[in-house]
Amino acid sequence: MPTIQCRKITDTVADLFQDACIHLPPDVVTSLKRARRMEKSPLGRQALANILENISLAGEHRVPVCQDTGTAVVFLQVGQEVRITGGDLVAAVNEGVRRGYEAGYLRKSMVNRPFSARINTGDNTPAVIHSEIVPGGNLRICVLPKGGGAENCSRFTVLPPSHGHEGIIEYVAGLVDECGGNACPPLIIGIGIGGTAEQTMLLAKKSLLRSTGEHNADREIKGLEKQVLAAVNGLGIGPMGYGGSITALAVHIEVFPAHIASLPVAVNMQCWCSRHREALL
Amino acid sequence: MLVLTAQGSVAVDMKIKRIALPVSAKDIRSLRCGDSVLLTGSLLTARDASHKRMADALAKGVELPFDLDGQTIYYTGPTPARPGQIAGSAGPTTGSRMDKYTPILLEQGLKCMIGKGRRSAEVRKKMLRHGAVYLAATGGAGVLLSRSIRRIDPVAYHELGTEAVFRLEVADFPAVVINDIHGGDLYESGKAAYRKI
Repeated sequence: MPTIQCRKITDTVADLFQDACIHLPPDVVTSLKRARRMEKSPLGRQALANILENISLAGEHRVPVCQDTGTAVVFLQVGQEVRITGGDLVAAVNEGVRRGYEAGYLRKSMVNRPFSARINTGDNTPAVIHSEIVPGGNLRICVLPKGGGAENCSRFTVLPPSHGHEGIIEYVAGLVDECGGNACPPLIIGIGIGGTAEQTMLLAKKSLLRSTGEHNADREIKGLEKQVLAAVNGLGIGPMGYGGSITALAVHIEVFPAHIASLPVAVNMQCWCSRHREALL
Repeated sequence: MLVLTAQGSVAVDMKIKRIALPVSAKDIRSLRCGDSVLLTGSLLTARDASHKRMADALAKGVELPFDLDGQTIYYTGPTPARPGQIAGSAGPTTGSRMDKYTPILLEQGLKCMIGKGRRSAEVRKKMLRHGAVYLAATGGAGVLLSRSIRRIDPVAYHELGTEAVFRLEVADFPAVVINDIHGGDLYESGKAAYRKI
Protein backbone atom coordinates (compact mmCIF):
# COMPACT_ATOMS: atom_id res chain seq x y z
CA MET A 1 0.00 0.00 0.00
CA PRO A 2 1.52 3.38 -1.02
CA THR A 3 2.00 5.69 1.96
CA ILE A 4 2.24 9.47 1.93
CA GLN A 5 3.60 11.45 4.87
CA CYS A 6 1.61 14.44 6.08
CA ARG A 7 4.87 16.39 6.20
CA LYS A 8 5.20 15.92 2.43
CA ILE A 9 1.64 17.17 1.92
CA THR A 10 2.34 20.31 3.98
CA ASP A 11 5.52 21.09 2.04
CA THR A 12 3.76 20.55 -1.29
CA VAL A 13 0.79 22.79 -0.44
CA ALA A 14 3.15 25.55 0.80
CA ASP A 15 5.14 25.45 -2.45
CA LEU A 16 2.08 25.28 -4.71
CA PHE A 17 0.47 28.41 -3.24
CA GLN A 18 3.69 30.43 -3.51
CA ASP A 19 4.17 29.35 -7.11
CA ALA A 20 0.55 29.88 -8.08
CA CYS A 21 0.47 33.45 -6.74
CA ILE A 22 3.65 34.52 -8.57
CA HIS A 23 3.50 32.64 -11.89
CA LEU A 24 0.33 32.53 -13.97
CA PRO A 25 -0.26 29.40 -16.10
CA PRO A 26 1.06 29.85 -19.70
CA ASP A 27 -2.41 29.31 -21.19
CA VAL A 28 -3.71 32.38 -19.31
CA VAL A 29 -0.81 34.52 -20.57
CA THR A 30 -1.33 33.31 -24.16
CA SER A 31 -5.00 34.10 -23.93
CA LEU A 32 -4.32 37.62 -22.57
CA LYS A 33 -1.85 38.29 -25.41
CA ARG A 34 -4.46 37.23 -27.91
CA ALA A 35 -6.97 39.55 -26.23
CA ARG A 36 -4.53 42.47 -26.52
CA ARG A 37 -4.23 41.83 -30.27
CA MET A 38 -8.01 41.61 -30.73
CA GLU A 39 -9.25 44.34 -28.39
CA LYS A 40 -10.70 47.33 -30.24
CA SER A 41 -10.69 49.92 -27.46
CA PRO A 42 -7.48 51.92 -26.81
CA LEU A 43 -8.14 52.03 -23.04
CA GLY A 44 -8.86 48.31 -23.11
CA ARG A 45 -5.55 47.65 -24.90
CA GLN A 46 -3.77 49.84 -22.40
CA ALA A 47 -5.27 47.83 -19.50
CA LEU A 48 -4.19 44.57 -21.17
CA ALA A 49 -0.68 45.96 -21.73
CA ASN A 50 -0.52 46.82 -18.01
CA ILE A 51 -1.71 43.34 -17.11
CA LEU A 52 0.90 41.64 -19.30
CA GLU A 53 3.71 43.85 -18.05
CA ASN A 54 2.56 43.16 -14.49
CA ILE A 55 2.75 39.40 -15.05
CA SER A 56 6.38 39.70 -16.22
CA LEU A 57 7.30 41.97 -13.29
CA ALA A 58 5.75 39.52 -10.79
CA GLY A 59 8.00 36.70 -11.96
CA GLU A 60 11.06 38.92 -12.18
CA HIS A 61 10.71 40.31 -8.63
CA ARG A 62 9.04 37.30 -7.00
CA VAL A 63 6.06 39.39 -5.93
CA PRO A 64 2.45 38.11 -6.17
CA VAL A 65 0.82 39.03 -9.49
CA CYS A 66 -2.18 40.45 -7.59
CA GLN A 67 -2.28 41.67 -3.98
CA ASP A 68 -5.40 39.59 -3.40
CA THR A 69 -3.76 36.21 -2.91
CA GLY A 70 -7.17 34.87 -2.17
CA THR A 71 -9.00 32.25 -0.20
CA ALA A 72 -6.88 29.09 -0.27
CA VAL A 73 -9.00 26.61 -2.22
CA VAL A 74 -7.54 23.09 -2.32
CA PHE A 75 -8.77 20.13 -4.36
CA LEU A 76 -7.61 16.71 -3.17
CA GLN A 77 -7.99 13.56 -5.24
CA VAL A 78 -7.11 10.78 -2.85
CA GLY A 79 -6.34 7.43 -4.43
CA GLN A 80 -8.29 4.70 -2.64
CA GLU A 81 -5.13 2.63 -2.19
CA VAL A 82 -3.21 5.43 -0.47
CA ARG A 83 -2.46 5.46 3.24
CA ILE A 84 -1.76 8.86 4.78
CA THR A 85 0.55 8.72 7.79
CA GLY A 86 2.16 11.03 10.30
CA GLY A 87 -0.84 13.18 11.12
CA ASP A 88 -4.20 14.52 10.01
CA LEU A 89 -4.77 15.29 6.30
CA VAL A 90 -6.81 18.47 6.82
CA ALA A 91 -4.37 19.79 9.43
CA ALA A 92 -1.48 19.05 7.05
CA VAL A 93 -3.12 21.07 4.26
CA ASN A 94 -3.83 23.99 6.61
CA GLU A 95 -0.26 23.93 7.87
CA GLY A 96 0.87 24.14 4.23
CA VAL A 97 -1.34 27.19 3.67
CA ARG A 98 -0.01 28.82 6.86
CA ARG A 99 3.63 28.27 5.87
CA GLY A 100 3.20 29.11 2.19
CA TYR A 101 1.40 32.40 2.87
CA GLU A 102 4.02 33.43 5.42
CA ALA A 103 7.13 32.35 3.48
CA GLY A 104 5.80 33.71 0.17
CA TYR A 105 4.88 37.16 1.53
CA LEU A 106 1.30 36.49 0.46
CA ARG A 107 -1.61 38.49 1.88
CA LYS A 108 -3.67 36.95 4.65
CA SER A 109 -7.25 37.69 3.72
CA MET A 110 -9.45 35.38 5.82
CA VAL A 111 -11.61 36.78 8.62
CA ASN A 112 -13.41 34.99 11.45
CA ARG A 113 -16.99 36.00 12.29
CA PRO A 114 -17.59 37.30 8.73
CA PHE A 115 -21.06 38.53 9.75
CA SER A 116 -19.85 40.72 12.63
CA ALA A 117 -16.37 41.30 14.11
CA ARG A 118 -14.45 40.21 10.98
CA ILE A 119 -11.15 39.49 12.76
CA ASN A 120 -8.34 38.37 10.43
CA THR A 121 -7.26 34.79 11.20
CA GLY A 122 -3.69 35.99 10.62
CA ASP A 123 -2.41 33.09 8.51
CA ASN A 124 -4.99 32.76 5.70
CA THR A 125 -6.34 29.52 7.15
CA PRO A 126 -8.67 27.74 7.10
CA ALA A 127 -8.31 26.47 3.55
CA VAL A 128 -11.46 25.51 1.65
CA ILE A 129 -10.83 21.82 0.96
CA HIS A 130 -12.70 19.63 -1.53
CA SER A 131 -11.74 15.96 -1.36
CA GLU A 132 -12.69 13.10 -3.57
CA ILE A 133 -11.77 9.44 -3.42
CA VAL A 134 -10.51 8.16 -6.78
CA PRO A 135 -9.04 4.86 -8.00
CA GLY A 136 -5.27 4.40 -7.76
CA GLY A 137 -2.34 4.90 -5.43
CA ASN A 138 -1.64 8.65 -5.73
CA LEU A 139 -2.68 11.88 -4.10
CA ARG A 140 -3.31 14.76 -6.49
CA ILE A 141 -3.25 18.21 -4.89
CA CYS A 142 -4.52 21.19 -6.83
CA VAL A 143 -4.52 24.68 -5.34
CA LEU A 144 -6.56 27.65 -6.53
CA PRO A 145 -6.01 30.94 -4.67
CA LYS A 146 -9.36 32.68 -5.29
CA GLY A 147 -9.60 36.47 -5.20
CA GLY A 148 -12.53 38.15 -3.49
CA GLY A 149 -13.58 40.64 -6.18
CA ALA A 150 -14.45 37.99 -8.73
CA GLU A 151 -15.78 35.47 -6.21
CA ASN A 152 -18.22 38.16 -5.01
CA CYS A 153 -19.72 38.13 -8.52
CA SER A 154 -20.52 34.41 -8.40
CA ARG A 155 -24.21 33.40 -8.35
CA PHE A 156 -26.52 30.39 -8.28
CA THR A 157 -30.01 30.14 -9.69
CA VAL A 158 -32.52 27.49 -10.64
CA LEU A 159 -34.10 28.23 -14.02
CA PRO A 160 -37.35 26.69 -15.19
CA PRO A 161 -36.33 23.69 -17.35
CA SER A 162 -38.21 25.24 -20.30
CA HIS A 163 -35.65 28.09 -20.44
CA GLY A 164 -32.86 25.87 -21.85
CA HIS A 165 -29.91 27.35 -23.78
CA GLU A 166 -31.45 30.80 -24.14
CA GLY A 167 -32.23 31.07 -20.45
CA ILE A 168 -28.66 30.20 -19.54
CA ILE A 169 -27.15 32.69 -22.00
CA GLU A 170 -29.44 35.46 -20.77
CA TYR A 171 -28.73 34.69 -17.10
CA VAL A 172 -24.94 34.65 -17.47
CA ALA A 173 -24.79 37.74 -19.71
CA GLY A 174 -27.08 39.60 -17.29
CA LEU A 175 -24.83 38.72 -14.37
CA VAL A 176 -21.63 39.82 -16.17
CA ASP A 177 -23.37 43.08 -17.14
CA GLU A 178 -24.33 43.71 -13.52
CA CYS A 179 -20.78 43.03 -12.28
CA GLY A 180 -19.07 45.32 -14.84
CA GLY A 181 -15.51 46.14 -13.80
CA ASN A 182 -15.88 44.70 -10.27
CA ALA A 183 -14.74 41.20 -11.23
CA CYS A 184 -11.60 42.45 -13.09
CA PRO A 185 -12.40 41.51 -16.69
CA PRO A 186 -11.35 39.99 -19.03
CA LEU A 187 -12.95 37.09 -17.21
CA ILE A 188 -12.88 33.36 -17.29
CA ILE A 189 -16.46 32.35 -16.62
CA GLY A 190 -16.95 29.01 -14.89
CA ILE A 191 -20.46 27.60 -15.27
CA GLY A 192 -22.00 24.54 -13.63
CA ILE A 193 -25.26 23.14 -14.93
CA GLY A 194 -27.26 20.41 -13.18
CA GLY A 195 -26.88 18.45 -9.96
CA THR A 196 -28.06 19.86 -6.64
CA ALA A 197 -27.37 23.40 -5.42
CA GLU A 198 -24.02 22.72 -3.71
CA GLN A 199 -22.85 20.50 -6.54
CA THR A 200 -23.72 22.97 -9.31
CA MET A 201 -21.38 25.58 -7.81
CA LEU A 202 -18.64 23.00 -7.33
CA LEU A 203 -18.93 22.08 -11.04
CA ALA A 204 -18.55 25.77 -11.90
CA LYS A 205 -15.50 26.12 -9.66
CA LYS A 206 -13.85 22.96 -11.00
CA SER A 207 -14.32 24.13 -14.59
CA LEU A 208 -11.83 26.93 -13.76
CA LEU A 209 -9.08 24.33 -13.45
CA ARG A 210 -9.26 23.68 -17.19
CA SER A 211 -6.70 25.17 -19.54
CA THR A 212 -8.10 28.59 -20.57
CA GLY A 213 -10.46 28.27 -23.52
CA GLU A 214 -10.26 24.48 -23.67
CA HIS A 215 -13.78 23.47 -24.65
CA ASN A 216 -15.97 20.77 -23.12
CA ALA A 217 -15.57 17.54 -25.11
CA ASP A 218 -19.34 17.36 -25.69
CA ARG A 219 -20.33 19.08 -28.95
CA GLU A 220 -23.55 20.65 -27.70
CA ILE A 221 -21.87 21.98 -24.54
CA LYS A 222 -18.97 23.35 -26.60
CA GLY A 223 -21.52 25.18 -28.76
CA LEU A 224 -23.16 26.63 -25.64
CA GLU A 225 -19.76 27.80 -24.34
CA LYS A 226 -19.22 29.67 -27.63
CA GLN A 227 -22.69 31.22 -27.53
CA VAL A 228 -22.27 32.44 -23.94
CA LEU A 229 -18.84 33.88 -24.80
CA ALA A 230 -20.23 35.74 -27.83
CA ALA A 231 -23.11 37.15 -25.76
CA VAL A 232 -20.79 38.30 -22.97
CA ASN A 233 -18.34 39.90 -25.41
CA GLY A 234 -21.23 41.76 -27.02
CA LEU A 235 -21.95 43.59 -23.75
CA GLY A 236 -19.23 46.17 -24.44
CA ILE A 237 -17.83 46.08 -20.88
CA GLY A 238 -14.27 45.37 -22.05
CA PRO A 239 -11.04 45.01 -20.07
CA MET A 240 -11.47 46.51 -16.58
CA GLY A 241 -14.93 47.74 -17.56
CA TYR A 242 -13.47 50.68 -19.54
CA GLY A 243 -15.52 49.67 -22.60
CA GLY A 244 -14.30 47.24 -25.24
CA SER A 245 -14.78 44.09 -27.22
CA ILE A 246 -13.11 41.55 -24.89
CA THR A 247 -15.05 41.12 -21.65
CA ALA A 248 -14.26 37.41 -21.25
CA LEU A 249 -11.33 35.27 -22.36
CA ALA A 250 -13.22 32.01 -22.06
CA VAL A 251 -16.36 30.24 -20.87
CA HIS A 252 -16.03 26.80 -19.31
CA ILE A 253 -19.15 24.71 -18.72
CA GLU A 254 -19.42 21.47 -16.72
CA VAL A 255 -22.66 19.53 -16.68
CA PHE A 256 -24.27 16.93 -14.41
CA PRO A 257 -27.78 15.44 -14.82
CA ALA A 258 -30.55 17.28 -12.96
CA HIS A 259 -33.88 16.52 -11.29
CA ILE A 260 -36.94 16.48 -13.60
CA ALA A 261 -38.13 19.72 -11.96
CA SER A 262 -34.87 21.67 -12.19
CA LEU A 263 -32.34 23.46 -14.36
CA PRO A 264 -29.77 24.60 -11.78
CA VAL A 265 -27.12 27.04 -13.07
CA ALA A 266 -24.11 28.30 -11.11
CA VAL A 267 -21.57 30.89 -12.22
CA ASN A 268 -18.17 30.99 -10.58
CA MET A 269 -16.52 34.15 -11.80
CA GLN A 270 -12.76 34.24 -12.33
CA CYS A 271 -10.80 37.45 -12.90
CA TRP A 272 -8.03 37.45 -15.54
CA CYS A 273 -5.62 36.50 -12.76
CA SER A 274 -6.55 32.82 -12.97
CA ARG A 275 -4.13 31.01 -10.69
CA HIS A 276 -3.90 27.29 -10.17
CA ARG A 277 -1.14 24.74 -9.69
CA GLU A 278 -1.12 21.01 -9.07
CA ALA A 279 1.17 18.24 -7.90
CA LEU A 280 0.90 14.46 -7.93
CA LEU A 281 2.27 12.60 -4.90
CA MET B 1 2.98 57.94 -28.64
CA LEU B 2 5.69 57.01 -26.14
CA VAL B 3 5.43 58.23 -22.58
CA LEU B 4 8.38 58.14 -20.23
CA THR B 5 7.26 57.13 -16.73
CA ALA B 6 9.19 56.25 -13.60
CA GLN B 7 8.76 52.63 -14.71
CA GLY B 8 10.31 53.16 -18.14
CA SER B 9 8.77 54.07 -21.45
CA VAL B 10 5.29 52.83 -22.18
CA ALA B 11 3.78 52.90 -25.63
CA VAL B 12 0.25 54.24 -25.55
CA ASP B 13 -2.08 55.50 -28.19
CA MET B 14 -3.61 58.27 -26.12
CA LYS B 15 -2.77 61.45 -24.29
CA ILE B 16 -1.67 61.20 -20.68
CA LYS B 17 -2.17 63.92 -18.07
CA ARG B 18 0.25 64.32 -15.20
CA ILE B 19 -1.47 65.22 -11.94
CA ALA B 20 0.13 66.29 -8.64
CA LEU B 21 -1.35 65.01 -5.36
CA PRO B 22 -3.04 66.31 -3.28
CA VAL B 23 -5.04 67.20 -6.37
CA SER B 24 -5.80 70.89 -6.98
CA ALA B 25 -9.28 72.23 -7.74
CA LYS B 26 -7.98 73.32 -11.15
CA ASP B 27 -6.72 69.84 -11.99
CA ILE B 28 -10.00 68.29 -10.84
CA ARG B 29 -11.89 70.59 -13.20
CA SER B 30 -9.61 69.60 -16.08
CA LEU B 31 -10.20 65.85 -15.70
CA ARG B 32 -12.61 64.09 -18.03
CA CYS B 33 -13.83 60.50 -17.84
CA GLY B 34 -11.62 58.29 -19.99
CA ASP B 35 -8.48 60.38 -19.35
CA SER B 36 -5.32 58.42 -18.57
CA VAL B 37 -3.41 60.06 -15.74
CA LEU B 38 -0.08 59.66 -13.95
CA LEU B 39 -0.31 60.67 -10.30
CA THR B 40 2.64 61.97 -8.31
CA GLY B 41 2.56 62.96 -4.65
CA SER B 42 0.92 61.80 -1.47
CA LEU B 43 -2.21 59.69 -0.90
CA LEU B 44 -3.80 57.55 1.81
CA THR B 45 -4.74 53.87 1.61
CA ALA B 46 -7.92 52.48 3.14
CA ARG B 47 -10.33 49.63 2.43
CA ASP B 48 -13.27 47.88 4.11
CA ALA B 49 -12.29 47.69 7.80
CA SER B 50 -10.60 51.11 7.91
CA HIS B 51 -13.60 52.72 6.20
CA LYS B 52 -15.87 51.27 8.85
CA ARG B 53 -13.57 52.70 11.57
CA MET B 54 -13.57 56.15 9.95
CA ALA B 55 -17.33 56.23 9.44
CA ASP B 56 -18.04 54.95 12.97
CA ALA B 57 -15.74 57.59 14.48
CA LEU B 58 -17.25 60.43 12.44
CA ALA B 59 -20.81 59.29 13.25
CA LYS B 60 -19.91 59.59 16.96
CA GLY B 61 -18.40 63.03 16.41
CA VAL B 62 -14.86 61.77 17.02
CA GLU B 63 -12.13 63.49 14.98
CA LEU B 64 -10.11 61.25 12.65
CA PRO B 65 -6.41 60.74 13.45
CA PHE B 66 -5.58 62.24 10.01
CA ASP B 67 -6.95 65.04 7.84
CA LEU B 68 -9.03 64.04 4.82
CA ASP B 69 -9.47 67.55 3.45
CA GLY B 70 -8.30 67.62 -0.17
CA GLN B 71 -6.96 64.07 0.10
CA THR B 72 -6.96 61.03 -2.15
CA ILE B 73 -7.83 57.56 -0.87
CA TYR B 74 -6.55 54.51 -2.70
CA TYR B 75 -8.59 51.38 -2.00
CA THR B 76 -5.89 48.77 -1.51
CA GLY B 77 -4.65 46.13 0.90
CA PRO B 78 -1.09 45.29 -0.15
CA THR B 79 0.79 42.03 0.31
CA PRO B 80 3.67 42.19 2.82
CA ALA B 81 6.88 43.61 1.30
CA ARG B 82 9.83 41.28 0.90
CA PRO B 83 13.02 42.45 2.63
CA GLY B 84 14.62 45.14 0.47
CA GLN B 85 11.38 46.05 -1.30
CA ILE B 86 9.38 49.18 -0.48
CA ALA B 87 6.00 47.56 -1.02
CA GLY B 88 4.46 44.24 -1.92
CA SER B 89 1.78 43.86 -4.56
CA ALA B 90 -0.65 46.79 -4.25
CA GLY B 91 -3.49 46.86 -6.79
CA PRO B 92 -6.96 48.37 -6.34
CA THR B 93 -9.95 46.71 -4.69
CA THR B 94 -13.64 47.12 -5.57
CA GLY B 95 -14.93 50.62 -4.81
CA SER B 96 -18.61 49.78 -4.34
CA ARG B 97 -17.92 48.15 -0.97
CA MET B 98 -16.88 51.59 0.27
CA ASP B 99 -20.10 53.25 -1.01
CA LYS B 100 -21.85 53.05 2.35
CA TYR B 101 -19.03 54.96 4.06
CA THR B 102 -18.15 57.41 1.28
CA PRO B 103 -20.71 60.25 1.73
CA ILE B 104 -19.47 61.07 5.25
CA LEU B 105 -15.85 61.09 4.00
CA LEU B 106 -16.76 63.44 1.13
CA GLU B 107 -18.20 65.77 3.77
CA GLN B 108 -14.72 65.76 5.37
CA GLY B 109 -13.28 67.11 2.13
CA LEU B 110 -12.14 63.89 0.42
CA LYS B 111 -11.53 64.85 -3.25
CA CYS B 112 -10.31 61.75 -5.03
CA MET B 113 -10.78 57.98 -4.73
CA ILE B 114 -8.94 55.26 -6.61
CA GLY B 115 -10.41 51.76 -6.91
CA LYS B 116 -12.14 49.63 -9.51
CA GLY B 117 -15.75 48.99 -10.44
CA ARG B 118 -18.71 51.35 -10.49
CA ARG B 119 -20.06 53.40 -7.60
CA SER B 120 -23.65 53.70 -6.39
CA ALA B 121 -25.96 56.39 -7.76
CA GLU B 122 -25.90 58.07 -4.35
CA VAL B 123 -22.09 58.22 -4.23
CA ARG B 124 -21.92 59.57 -7.79
CA LYS B 125 -24.42 62.29 -6.89
CA LYS B 126 -22.48 63.23 -3.74
CA MET B 127 -19.19 63.28 -5.67
CA LEU B 128 -20.71 65.84 -8.06
CA ARG B 129 -21.95 67.93 -5.14
CA HIS B 130 -18.55 67.87 -3.39
CA GLY B 131 -16.44 68.23 -6.55
CA ALA B 132 -14.71 64.88 -6.10
CA VAL B 133 -13.50 62.40 -8.72
CA TYR B 134 -13.27 58.59 -8.88
CA LEU B 135 -10.39 56.96 -10.73
CA ALA B 136 -9.59 53.33 -11.50
CA ALA B 137 -6.24 51.59 -11.53
CA THR B 138 -5.74 48.33 -13.45
CA GLY B 139 -7.22 45.60 -11.27
CA GLY B 140 -4.77 42.85 -10.44
CA ALA B 141 -1.76 44.81 -11.69
CA GLY B 142 -0.40 44.93 -8.14
CA VAL B 143 3.29 44.69 -8.99
CA LEU B 144 3.20 47.31 -11.75
CA LEU B 145 1.32 49.74 -9.47
CA SER B 146 3.55 49.00 -6.51
CA ARG B 147 6.58 50.11 -8.52
CA SER B 148 5.18 53.66 -8.41
CA ILE B 149 5.33 53.65 -4.62
CA ARG B 150 8.34 55.54 -3.30
CA ARG B 151 7.56 55.43 0.40
CA ILE B 152 5.03 53.92 2.81
CA ASP B 153 4.28 55.22 6.32
CA PRO B 154 1.68 53.83 8.74
CA VAL B 155 -0.92 56.45 9.68
CA ALA B 156 -3.73 54.83 11.69
CA TYR B 157 -5.52 51.63 12.73
CA HIS B 158 -2.28 49.64 12.67
CA GLU B 159 -4.02 46.62 14.21
CA LEU B 160 -5.98 46.16 10.96
CA GLY B 161 -2.83 44.88 9.23
CA THR B 162 -3.23 45.06 5.45
CA GLU B 163 -6.44 47.05 6.01
CA ALA B 164 -4.72 49.80 8.06
CA VAL B 165 -4.40 53.38 6.77
CA PHE B 166 -0.99 54.11 5.22
CA ARG B 167 0.38 57.22 3.56
CA LEU B 168 2.00 56.49 0.23
CA GLU B 169 4.34 58.71 -1.75
CA VAL B 170 3.83 57.77 -5.39
CA ALA B 171 5.52 58.78 -8.63
CA ASP B 172 3.74 58.37 -11.97
CA PHE B 173 1.03 56.11 -10.56
CA PRO B 174 -1.11 55.17 -13.62
CA ALA B 175 -4.90 55.51 -13.40
CA VAL B 176 -7.94 56.20 -15.57
CA VAL B 177 -10.65 58.75 -14.78
CA ILE B 178 -14.03 57.02 -14.30
CA ASN B 179 -16.28 59.72 -12.77
CA ASP B 180 -15.41 63.36 -13.43
CA ILE B 181 -17.09 66.41 -11.86
CA HIS B 182 -18.95 67.21 -15.09
CA GLY B 183 -21.19 64.13 -14.88
CA GLY B 184 -19.07 61.86 -17.11
CA ASP B 185 -18.95 58.15 -16.27
CA LEU B 186 -16.55 55.96 -18.24
CA TYR B 187 -18.28 52.74 -17.14
CA GLU B 188 -21.43 54.00 -18.90
CA SER B 189 -19.94 55.72 -21.95
CA GLY B 190 -17.23 53.09 -22.54
CA LYS B 191 -19.72 50.25 -22.47
CA ALA B 192 -22.19 52.09 -24.71
CA ALA B 193 -19.49 52.67 -27.34
CA TYR B 194 -18.75 48.95 -27.75
CA ARG B 195 -22.13 47.39 -26.94
CA LYS B 196 -23.61 45.17 -29.67
CA ILE B 197 -26.92 44.16 -28.08
